[in-house]
Amino acid sequence: MATIASISRRDLLQKGSGLIVSFALGGAFARPVAAQTGVAADVGKPLDPRQVDSFLMFHSDGSMTIYTSKVDVGTGLRIAVRQMAAEELGMPVERIAFVEGDTALTPDHGGTGGSTGIPRGGVEIRQAAATARQALLELASNRLGRPASELTLVNGEARPTAGGPGVGIGALIGGRRLSLAVDRQAPLRDPRSYAVVGKPLPRPDVPGKCTGQHVYLQDFSVAGMLHGRVIRPPALGASLQSVDESSIRAIPDVRVVRIGNFLAVVAPDEWAAVRAARELKATWSEWQGLPRSNDMERQLRAAAIAREETLVDRGDPARAMPSAAKQLSATYCWPFQSHGSLGPSCAIADVRADGATVWSASQGSHGLRSVLARTFGIPQEKLRVIYMDGAGSYGTNGTDDVAADALLISKTVGRPVRVQWMRADEHGWDPKGPPQLLDLRAGIDFEGRILAWETQMWLPVAVPGTRPLVAADAAGITQPRGQNAGQISQNADPPYAAANLRVVTHWLKEVPLRLSNLRAPGKIANVFAVESFTDEIASAAGVDALAFRVRGLSDPRALDVLKRAAEMIGWQARPSPNPQSVEGNRLAGRGLAYVRYKQAENYVAMAMEVAVDRATGEVRVERVTCAHDCGLVINPDSLRNQIEGNILQTLSRALHEEVKFDRSQVTSVDWASYPILRFPEAPKVEVALLDHPSLPPLGAGEASAAPVAAALANAIFDATGVRLRTVPFIAERVKAMLTRA
Amino acid sequence: MANYSFQLNGRAVTVDSWDPAQPLLYVLRNTLGLHGPKFGCGLAQCGACTVLLDGKAVRSCVTPVRQVARHAVTTLEGLGTPEKPDPIQAAFIAEQAAQCGYCTNGMVMATKSLLNQTPHPTLDQVKQGLAGNLCRCGTHTRILSAVMRVAKA
Ligand code: FES
Ligand code: FES
Repeated sequence: MATIASISRRDLLQKGSGLIVSFALGGAFARPVAAQTGVAADVGKPLDPRQVDSFLMFHSDGSMTIYTSKVDVGTGLRIAVRQMAAEELGMPVERIAFVEGDTALTPDHGGTGGSTGIPRGGVEIRQAAATARQALLELASNRLGRPASELTLVNGEARPTAGGPGVGIGALIGGRRLSLAVDRQAPLRDPRSYAVVGKPLPRPDVPGKCTGQHVYLQDFSVAGMLHGRVIRPPALGASLQSVDESSIRAIPDVRVVRIGNFLAVVAPDEWAAVRAARELKATWSEWQGLPRSNDMERQLRAAAIAREETLVDRGDPARAMPSAAKQLSATYCWPFQSHGSLGPSCAIADVRADGATVWSASQGSHGLRSVLARTFGIPQEKLRVIYMDGAGSYGTNGTDDVAADALLISKTVGRPVRVQWMRADEHGWDPKGPPQLLDLRAGIDFEGRILAWETQMWLPVAVPGTRPLVAADAAGITQPRGQNAGQISQNADPPYAAANLRVVTHWLKEVPLRLSNLRAPGKIANVFAVESFTDEIASAAGVDALAFRVRGLSDPRALDVLKRAAEMIGWQARPSPNPQSVEGNRLAGRGLAYVRYKQAENYVAMAMEVAVDRATGEVRVERVTCAHDCGLVINPDSLRNQIEGNILQTLSRALHEEVKFDRSQVTSVDWASYPILRFPEAPKVEVALLDHPSLPPLGAGEASAAPVAAALANAIFDATGVRLRTVPFIAERVKAMLTRA
Repeated sequence: MANYSFQLNGRAVTVDSWDPAQPLLYVLRNTLGLHGPKFGCGLAQCGACTVLLDGKAVRSCVTPVRQVARHAVTTLEGLGTPEKPDPIQAAFIAEQAAQCGYCTNGMVMATKSLLNQTPHPTLDQVKQGLAGNLCRCGTHTRILSAVMRVAKA
């Protein structure tokens, strides 16, 4: 086992010991407290994701701990995965402790992203629990002298199904390991008997979050810790020419760290570090290597192509197009967007001679460990990354970069160092969601059916290797120059019947800013284009938008969500635009959109009512209805919270958000220059969950984000007769379009 | 170092700071160990750092510590605990009105301030009252339900 450089206070307070665990029943969740040995007793536990003991540990007092590399970034995973394990093991959820994203304690079954927390993470833990269930029933069978088939697990004990005394799980196995491989065939409980899965259990972290008791990474500290702040150059590629340390002489106990172009300050007092970073005089070289951010369409069209890829090729759209009764074409454009985490990214690093520990809110502790180990030359087994909650990240925000900042400074000064980015660091330097450009073309026949469809997309190509870390670049450390924004080319084909269909991606070599996965990567823009264009076709054919979609779909689950969302909003069948939209300056309309997420996962339909102010161009979303089918529902309330969040956040992205830059740097570096949705704009949101208990559960962190921008654009068209094809739909843009129309 | 005395969550405290311009936020979080108020922007733009100063919401990230001397400061911790939450906190918990929860401090404290002045606001008044508080997770609808739960009580 690796030597772990430091054992944190968190280990002592929060991490499970296999030996001494205390928990309170009723209300408070099991929160294992390690033995007072100074060493968390579960360091050294199995980590192999093929082994049950890696995921689950049973304690002698009847509680248990789940270990997982999937983390809860405010999504509800923490309760949902407990419910899945509790169901298989007949274990009360309050007796289950949960350890997330600690490379020394949790098996690596993938980072948290792509909505995989439940469908992969939760399902794997459920299978481990089902395997454990079989083993526990066998143990109980020996103990009780009855065949395992006559026993069941209920309320933390094994007991005869027919009744009679049982034996507690703690007494059966507590403190010992099962030493069992996860059995892929271990039978799961029958969904018809579910007692815990499907219940809207409250999330254990919410009371602490509402009372200031929840310990965020930003709130955490380790003994001897210094506060660091990094001074970023005024231009992305500028080099540091000189530093005048006398400029901060008046600020107590500050030390300047300079490694190549990496410039930072550290101080025992956080405010001293903040002020020093602000006041330290440094001169940087000129650099103007960025294109201008205006006219993204022209830039993307002109960018160098890495390769072309045909994603869908059915029939022959080019041949079919001329025979169409009507042909349509349109271009859609989506800008760079920021994760815009409400709390800037933070990390604590403690680098010592014998190893290092990094506390991070990264969605992938193991991935971060390998990147940091490779970049900074620390053997992987000597680097421990421990997850703690940060502000919502929605993908890879500044977390990896701030971890590199903290690690580099700690390595230099030989003390534990906490770095929290300032607002301008987060907005300016987080890796961005990609810009996207789509050209669509369709031909319809005399009945208004899609005869031929062609999508051409311009998207940044994935380059193998990890994303360069800002600190390593500045310090002149060689590192891979990967580029990856996630699965951004999905959902660019219409889900509706089309005999001739072609989807082509022009993969661009590079774009001006670093990229990463941002919630529902690529899909929001693709669905925005495809589902807006679908409405353009329906409108050209003079067909109601709902009727047009229903006619092109045959999957009953697709039809169910569409009909449900439409019914909830009170859909009146008629073609768009709305002939009776005007009421003074207020133009009213409604629109809808549908997606089968990644063409293989969730079914989501969304309808919206909007009002557009003709005088100002301001768009108000008044009501949103969403019908959501993600298979088996684990926790309906957490699921709704995710769906509501997807809707509101994506409305914000569609209405307001665009990263701006000049020739030197990102210029949208605060909430004034990068505005997001505010309370007065919050619509009424109604969500219907279409539960399918006998189907596998799908993730829900992303899918309902995908149709939002399209439903909004369709509603705006219905209200105004103006088709918005470029995001964001800011008032000036809408007003300009209305004036031109 | 100068000393600053004020009421904090009903108790008298005295802190020293090398800089009279040090924002209250850093004093609360680092000197006094109260982590309810959060650093979100340091620019008075998001509300994550909100505390009450004599019962009114202020942004502690831009409130110099010298300015609170001899006044009363209330933080999220001063309202209630998970076991004994204040009615606003209880409503947020009941509505599960948090995702990441990083904005929650500001939402609860801004609500407290609003209800101190307008005990029974309408939904529109609540929306206006919280207009300066940002939530990135999109928890707005739940936060509004939580506040309306208290407003109607
Ligand atoms: S941190 Fe004070 S308003 Fe944002
Ligand atoms: S709950 Fe995450 S910012 Fe509001």
